[in-house]
Amino acid sequence: MAHDHGPGQDGESHAGHSHEGSHLSETELRVRALESILIEKGYVDPQALDRFIETYETKVGPHNGAHVVAKAWREPDFRDWLRRDATAAIHALGYIGRQGEHMVAVENTPEQHNMIVCTLCSCYPWPVLGLPPVWYKSAPYRAKVVRDPHGVLADFGVTLPEKTRIRVWDSTAEVRYLVVPMRPAGTEGWSEQELARLVTRDSMIGTGLALSPQQAAETGR
Amino acid sequence: MTRSETTTAEQVAALFSQMPKKGTEPVFREPWEARAFAMTLALHEKGLFTWSQWAEMLSAEIRAAQAAGDPDCGDSYYRHWLRALEAMVTGHKVTSASGMEARRLAWQRAAEATPHGEPIELGRDGTPVPPA
Repeated sequence: MAHDHGPGQDGESHAGHSHEGSHLSETELRVRALESILIEKGYVDPQALDRFIETYETKVGPHNGAHVVAKAWREPDFRDWLRRDATAAIHALGYIGRQGEHMVAVENTPEQHNMIVCTLCSCYPWPVLGLPPVWYKSAPYRAKVVRDPHGVLADFGVTLPEKTRIRVWDSTAEVRYLVVPMRPAGTEGWSEQELARLVTRDSMIGTGLALSPQQAAETGR
Repeated sequence: MTRSETTTAEQVAALFSQMPKKGTEPVFREPWEARAFAMTLALHEKGLFTWSQWAEMLSAEIRAAQAAGDPDCGDSYYRHWLRALEAMVTGHKVTSASGMEARRLAWQRAAEATPHGEPIELGRDGTPVPPA
């Protein structure tokens, strides 16, 4: 899709529009208008905008969170630190940045499975997971995970043992959660890098589980 | 009443079941989404607003869009984001709604005056662009 038009947003601009020139959608025009005004007034620097975009497109992502989880699986001291003060433990690995100012790690156990949501908008732990997937930002997810977390897990093909209860954590502008999935069986003695490959984005949101060694081999991770 | 609420909740649940959840997707689907995102970070860094104020503004825009009939399936997210950003900027008197509208029209004229494939620059059509 070349343009992202909202319903009825772009009606007028087509009228009398010559196709010899260039066309920008209504939304693109608004964004350009805003950016040019903010640059003129000294509020933003276009190169700083490029740097923000590059960071979120390439540097920040679930591989950061996977590193945190793998380290917690291997090192009891780090796991304790993560439980006590996730913000400091995560910062110590260099994952510092916006939306990671106050982190809480919630650990899955055989008794409790954790899931995260932001029912108000889309608060998400950017430094460890990057920007959220489309479904996380959707109203259907935000509504359904609160009402029917088992149903959401089923949508992701996940079934939990009967005795496991589910707890859903609602993120806020201040507090962001990171789910620490359970360490898969058969990974004794694995290195941090090997373990990190088992930790998927969804397993840190709680809509998935960490991959088993077999699943990782099948998916080529 | 209860019946219609139940139906709605079931529809929402079904809608979520149908949404794509697997595979990787681009961080930003179109360049304008990235620009709107980055401008927000820059303004926040400048201290124009706190992140709580931003979250409040964004969730208000999301609620308004839902009330206006947007199924809000995540694909319209950055449109809500942009509206929240515009509201934040005018709310803090950085510029006015009419200033933004005049500038939008200036970009439209510039685009129309630019042969396809060339970079679009403000004022390309020859009309002076006043400060917003």
